[in-house]
This record gives sequence, structure tokens and C-alpha cells, in this order.
Amino acid sequence: MSEREQQLVDWLADMNEDDALALAKKMLLEEGVNPLRVLELCRTAMDVVGKRFEEGEYFLPELVLAGEMLETIGAIAKPLIKQGPGEAAKRLGKVLIGTVHGDLHDIGKNIVSFMLDINDFEVKDIGIDVPVNKFIEEINAYQPDVVGLSGFLTLAFDSMKETIAAFESAGMRDKFKIMIGGGQIDETVRAYTGADAFGVNAVEAVNLCRNWMGVAA
Amino acid sequence: MNIGPYTQSAEAKASFDSRWQRVMDCVALKQPSRMPVVLHPTFWLAKYGGISCKELMYDYDQTKAIAERAILEFEPDIHSPMVLGTALGNALEATGFKQVNWPGHGVGDNQPYQYLDREYMKPEEYDDFLFDPTGFYLQKYLPRVMGAFEGIEELPYLPGLHYFRLVNGIRPFAKPAVRQALERIIKAAEEVERFAGHHLDFTQKMTSLGFPVGYGTTSVSPYDFIADYFRGATNMMKDLYRHKDKLLAMLDKAKVFLLRQTIDAARATGNPVVFIPIHWAPDAFMSPKQFETFWWPTFREMLMGLIEADLIPMPLWESDCTKRLEIIKDVPAGKCIYWFERTDMVKAFEVLGDVVALRGNLSPSMMTTGKPEEVDAAVKHLVDKVWNKGGNLILDAAFGMPDETPVENVRAMFDAARKYAG
Repeated sequence: MSEREQQLVDWLADMNEDDALALAKKMLLEEGVNPLRVLELCRTAMDVVGKRFEEGEYFLPELVLAGEMLETIGAIAKPLIKQGPGEAAKRLGKVLIGTVHGDLHDIGKNIVSFMLDINDFEVKDIGIDVPVNKFIEEINAYQPDVVGLSGFLTLAFDSMKETIAAFESAGMRDKFKIMIGGGQIDETVRAYTGADAFGVNAVEAVNLCRNWMGVAA
Repeated sequence: MNIGPYTQSAEAKASFDSRWQRVMDCVALKQPSRMPVVLHPTFWLAKYGGISCKELMYDYDQTKAIAERAILEFEPDIHSPMVLGTALGNALEATGFKQVNWPGHGVGDNQPYQYLDREYMKPEEYDDFLFDPTGFYLQKYLPRVMGAFEGIEELPYLPGLHYFRLVNGIRPFAKPAVRQALERIIKAAEEVERFAGHHLDFTQKMTSLGFPVGYGTTSVSPYDFIADYFRGATNMMKDLYRHKDKLLAMLDKAKVFLLRQTIDAARATGNPVVFIPIHWAPDAFMSPKQFETFWWPTFREMLMGLIEADLIPMPLWESDCTKRLEIIKDVPAGKCIYWFERTDMVKAFEVLGDVVALRGNLSPSMMTTGKPEEVDAAVKHLVDKVWNKGGNLILDAAFGMPDETPVENVRAMFDAARKYAG
């Protein structure tokens, strides 16, 4: 990695947004640096961000800001990519995630999606207040390895239970693992809903998916 | 003794006084003869009364009757202002309130109202707010968050009007959009008056029957005020980096008017307890350094201001705040109630037991999905580990009674409190 490339990684990882975005734009728009290379540098920076989050140095503000920097650079870089989609980064597995019906909360779900994404999972986020049937349709189309059910309110306990029961009825329950998360979720709720596991933060969600995909933590 | 239109018997007065005194003893760190218990439901009342969430929000008389029945059945030491917390439907409708979805307005008839996390103030508007908060409310904020106020932004910018310019300056009050807004606002205010009247009526009746309401008004921390109601929670997180100085200036400004407004509101109710739900303090949300820079200093100043005004702040520390305990301990002893949601109460007692009264915190998952004997065991655990060790604990569920709690679990909570702690 050149000194300047390292500079971009450092600025991104250190939340130096203005300098990082200026340098990334210069590399992409003025100097014709391969956009795939710039995205790779972003990914390296996000690895650092994820690690600092796991180690308790970074918290939600840093994840949110990192996500936005990545999105901004991605929006400039992606139209410049000439190669076909074959060069997409290798993915560890597919995760489908959504907030269960009756619940409109999404902050936690969005952070889990972002952490999974920067940890090499392919993520499909199907939004909030997702009816049981929509989960089933989306799962049939997407064929995920893991389904994440999110919910902040106590009404989500029953929504999660109904959603998982519907997966059973549809004969798809053993085709993927189910993790649940949200403000009130604990082992009692996991047992009540029939989910495979629960997590209290985004790192736990990533670790659950890694374990299920047979990846060493 | 007359309480509004109701008569309070000597017996009811004695019950009222002893219930309230138990809570005040806890605040003063003098353990009362028995552990106070709270009934703090929101949409649980709909389940209890066998009606929909929508009916609970719109039908004042039915809501008051159900709430009264619940209080008479469980005989709590204190209860939440139940009409104020639930029967908001007509008032929300009349104001065209846009910051929540409620039954018939974005959620189903049997679902609770839910707050909408949105950007209600743009980042480039910090300066406008800081220069003139009242002007910002009139020109930008009120029309954004309440439909009744749409059109009011056509009023002129008032500061600077002078002498004959004042006379000419009021012309915009005759504009059709402004007239219509004013008419809607008056109608909305009349509905809010009715709503407040029902709240007062309910509180007076419960007082006459011997049951004190647990708090008179609510407030908010400066950080949560800006995060939840202006910038949106995720935008606020980015502002810690992008607009640090302006955010700090707005926090400083907010603490002053929030404190003034809270003191005025609390004094008007005659009840000293101020309920302050806390959203963005938990361990997992921001770093200790960010907490001590952005969150805690202005909130602590508010707490001190409330205490100096002889009020009793009751923050509800949502989620897990274990790592914040040593920091939030920095308040005068015997002046606050700290209500914890997921923070381990035994740990909270160890750190804060000689500083604040504690409130909480039966787990929502256990209350909603567990059996009465599990509720009994959970109460016994808190009695053994906190109350019997001298803790000034006010028993409640983690954030009040979860909406889905089976009635038998509520009974188990009250029965266990009396069985194990007087």
C-alpha cells in the first residue's frame, strides 16, 4: 500500500471525514485511480473501524459516520467501475434482515446490517413492520443463510414468535438460522420465539453469523 | 376535604399520606416500613379493560374508568398519570401531530403509538436555532411537526419591528394561511384543554380515593431533546463529529430553557417529582468520553437546577447504564429517584444506594412471557439483594408495565411485594 493509500485508510478509520472524502474524490475523479482499488481501501478502513468497535474504542456514532463515508465514496466510485460484477468481493454468507410486523424501529437493525456488510456478509434489508408473508416471499427469492428479526417494542415478542412459527408451517425453518435482536431481547425471548440465538449488539450479530458459516472469529 | 369536585374522607387522606410518605422516605434515603410499589401502565390498560389501543386513546371516560378499576384492584403506592399517558388521540388529531404514528394514523387499532425518528431540523439550521429559538419554532419547527401550525410561517420575522413598522408589520396576520392556522390552533388548544381537564379530573378523583400520582410533569435531557425531536438520533451521532461546536452551543442553550420550562410545569402541578425518560445515555451508545462531553454535563446542570427548585428528578435510565453509574452518582444525596431499565439493580444499589432512591426493574420479557411464580421469584430476588440490605427501592417493571403483561403477572408482582417486603 502506498503512503497516500495508507493516508486514506487512516483518515477514514480515524473519522477524519473532510480529508478522507477530499482525497477519495481526488483519486477517483482527477487521478483516475481504479475505483475497485479505492473501494478496497475503504473496506480495509472499515475493518479497522469494526475492530475498534469490538474493542470498545468506537461506539455507534463512529459506525454511523463510517457507514456514511463509505456510502458517499461508493456513490462516486461505483459508476466508474468498468469491469463486470464478477469482481465482487467474496462473501461469507447471505443474511436477510427486517423489523417484525407492528414495530417501526430501525436504528439497531441498520447498524447490524452495516456491521455484517463490512464483515463480508451479503445483506438484504427488507425494512420495518414486515408482515409474515413478506418475510416468506423474500426468503424464497433470496435464499439466505441467516434470517435476522429485529424489534424494539415488547409487541415484537409475539410478532417474532408468529413469524418463526410461519417459517415452520412453510417448511423452511431448517433452511437457515434465525437470530433476533432489539432493546428488550434476552434469552427468555429467544426461548419464547423459537429463534436459534439472540444478540444484544452488532458485534454479537456478526459473531453469530460467522460461527454459523463456520468462520473462525 | 374537597379535592376538586370530589370529597376525600379522613381514611382516604390517611392512606394517601402514608403511600406518598413511603415514596418520599425512599427519596430521603430513609427506608419506609414497606417497599412502595408502582402501577405505571400505558397500553396495558387496553388489555386489562378489554378494549383496543385506539379506544384507549380516544375515549376519555372509558379510559378513566379502566384506569380507576386497575388502581382500585392493585392499590399501588403511586401510579402514573394514566390519562395523560394514553388518551392522547383527540389531542394528537387536533394538532395534526407528526412525530408519532398512532392507531388509525400509521399503526393498527391494537398497536401502541410509536415515535418517528426523523430529521426535524437540518444541520444548516443550527445557527437559526441558536440565534433565536422562538423564531425558529414559529417559522420552521411548529409547522413541521404539527399540521395545525402550517401557514404560521407566513408571519413576519418579529424582532426588528419598531414604531410604525410595528403597525404595518402585523399585516400578515390577515393572510388567509395565517388566519386558517390561527383558527386551527385555537380549536386544537380547546381539545388539549379538554384532554388536560380529563387528566386533572382523574388525578383529583384518585387523590380523593387515597392514591397519589407518582409525578406531575415530564422532562428531557438536553442531548435527547436535540437527538430525538430535532436532528434525529442517527444524524445527532454524526453531529458529534460534523457540528461539534454548534451542538455543544445548542446543548448549553437547551439546558436553560428546558430547566425553566420544567420548573414552571412541575410547580403548576403541585407534584415535585419530574419524570425524565433517558434515551441516549446507555453504555453501548457512545464512548465514556463522548458521554462526559456531550451527554452528562448539561443534564447534570438540569438535575442540580431541579433540585435547587425543591423538585425531585426521576430519570429513567433506559437500556444498560452499568458503566455510567460512577459518573451519574455525582448528585447530592437524598434528592433523586433513579429508575433503571436493564442495568443490574444489585450493582446499581452497590454504587448508588447511599445517594438516590432506586426504581424498577422487573424484566419485560419475564413479565410478558413468564409465569406468576417467576414474577414472584424475581421480586424476591430484588427484596433479598436490595431492599433487605437497606436499599430504598420502589418496585416497578423495567419501564412501567409492558403492554402485553398477563394480568396474573401484575397480581403476582403486587402480591410478592407485600409478601416479602411488608
